[in-house]
Amino acid sequence: MFPAPFEYHRATSIDETLALLAQYGGDARVLAGGQSLIPAMRFRLARPAVLVDINALHELSYLREEGGVLAIGAMTRDAALETSALITSKYPLLADTSALVADPVVRQSGTVVGSLCHNDPAGDWGVTALAGRAQIVIRGATGTRTVAIDDFLIDSFTTAVGEGELALEVRFPTPPPRTAGSYQKIERKVGDFATACAAARVTLDANGAIADAGIAIGAAGPHAIRVRDAELLLNGSKPTKDLIRAAADAARKLADPAADNRGSAEFKKDMAGVLVRRALVAALGRLGVEGLQ
Amino acid sequence: MKISVTVNGTPYQRDVEPRTLLVYFLREALGLTGTHVGCDTSSCGVCVVVLDGDRAVKSCTMFAAMADGHEITTVEGLVQGGKLHPLQQAFWDCHGLQCGYCTPGMLMTSYALLKHQPNPDEPAIREALSGNLCRCTGYQNIVKAVQQAAAETSAPEPVAT
Ligand SMILES: Cc1cc2nc3c(=O)[nH]c(=O)nc-3n(C[C@H](O)[C@H](O)[C@H](O)COP(=O)(O)OP(=O)(O)OC[C@H]3O[C@@H](n4cnc5c(N)ncnc54)[C@H](O)[C@@H]3O)c2cc1C
Ligand code: FES
Ligand code: FES
Repeated sequence: MFPAPFEYHRATSIDETLALLAQYGGDARVLAGGQSLIPAMRFRLARPAVLVDINALHELSYLREEGGVLAIGAMTRDAALETSALITSKYPLLADTSALVADPVVRQSGTVVGSLCHNDPAGDWGVTALAGRAQIVIRGATGTRTVAIDDFLIDSFTTAVGEGELALEVRFPTPPPRTAGSYQKIERKVGDFATACAAARVTLDANGAIADAGIAIGAAGPHAIRVRDAELLLNGSKPTKDLIRAAADAARKLADPAADNRGSAEFKKDMAGVLVRRALVAALGRLGVEGLQ
Repeated sequence: MKISVTVNGTPYQRDVEPRTLLVYFLREALGLTGTHVGCDTSSCGVCVVVLDGDRAVKSCTMFAAMADGHEITTVEGLVQGGKLHPLQQAFWDCHGLQCGYCTPGMLMTSYALLKHQPNPDEPAIREALSGNLCRCTGYQNIVKAVQQAAAETSAPEPVAT
């Protein structure tokens, strides 16, 4: 199907974007990579009257490490992370995720920030953002604010970005030494949304105990969810097989997936646990901790 | 709205509705039917064209308006001076196609891959094409064809002795 008619505006600056969004209010939608919005418009699930295209805002296309954070601009596409030496060497959790979102052609258009703003219940980036303790910088007519990912993901397809606002970038804290992460996903085929997915991030202290863990799962509720019970279990403990199984069990208990043709709710719940276990084993393996399988 | 797009080196100016998808613009407004429509929902990759020289995009999931001021390369743009592009020749040589429906998308996705990675290994080729569906070939000969084209285009020019 073709989308319903709309008015197209190509913004040439952040200020112009904000002016257009202010002018059209609830009728307007930001158009980034278009890889979620255009399909939604084609299925008439979305009928915005006005699109504000931000693809020409090259100033929003960056991967910048400064002030203890990695900033990913709103027009930075998934493919840019996949091929960045900074990401593959220092941010394994993000590198894993960027190689599993959608398919390689979609990743040449889709953006990380666009995916967060779309907030699909089975989207990948929300899961990684929760485990990585990301923050989103949002600008509107009245100024700029920074929102923690936990407060950003409000409900399926709903985020903290309000009418007239533009998400400028997502920030991931630069990992301290002895930190690694891993992203795990089960999909029926390349380009499918997750049947189940999980992200883990761990920092080890000098004694080899877990100083700080971030655990999240996706396709297991209205949006990506953080598994706080697993984080509490892990923090302060030495990584063992039993500990990892307990953390995985916390994820399985929390998961509340919907049955669909990707699998039954029961299967997906089990997979949430399995993937948390695999993500922890892989992350710890990257830190040289073996024998946890 | 008026848009100006350069397709395969030729500049075009056309009036389009903002909701016109790039693939229909190419096929219906410009008559370039080499770019196919398959799933029409951004899942199969047959509609892939190359934007600004090195970015593969699914033209069923991009508005023609977004291409305003940009350059597009379609499968029709691969032939140079009546000679098949090394990728096209390799698809021919290696039997990289049967019905040919997926071929324009395979070619253009591979074309963008070789711009970024002139000498990809087999897993890299399989990965790059993993979003492009083919119902006929079983992929094996498509991968071989891209390997042949890569070997040819990345090989240093022969030195005259
Ligand atoms: C075949 C296919 C398979 C896919 N598979 C997956 C998958 O496995 N996992 C996955 O996570 N995703 C998947 N996706 C979605 C894809 O990753 C999208 O690219 C991504 O979700 C949205 O990014 P985008 O830049 O294309 O955003 P758009 O589609 O342009 O926008 C999405 C939404 O976010 C809003 N928005 C975008 N940017 C901003 C901003 N800066 N400020 C405020 N609002 C903004 C838009 O208004 C819109 O509502 C798939 C898509 C396709 C077509
Ligand atoms: S027709 Fe565009 S991806 Fe299938
Ligand atoms: S050759 Fe027939 S679909 Fe690929």
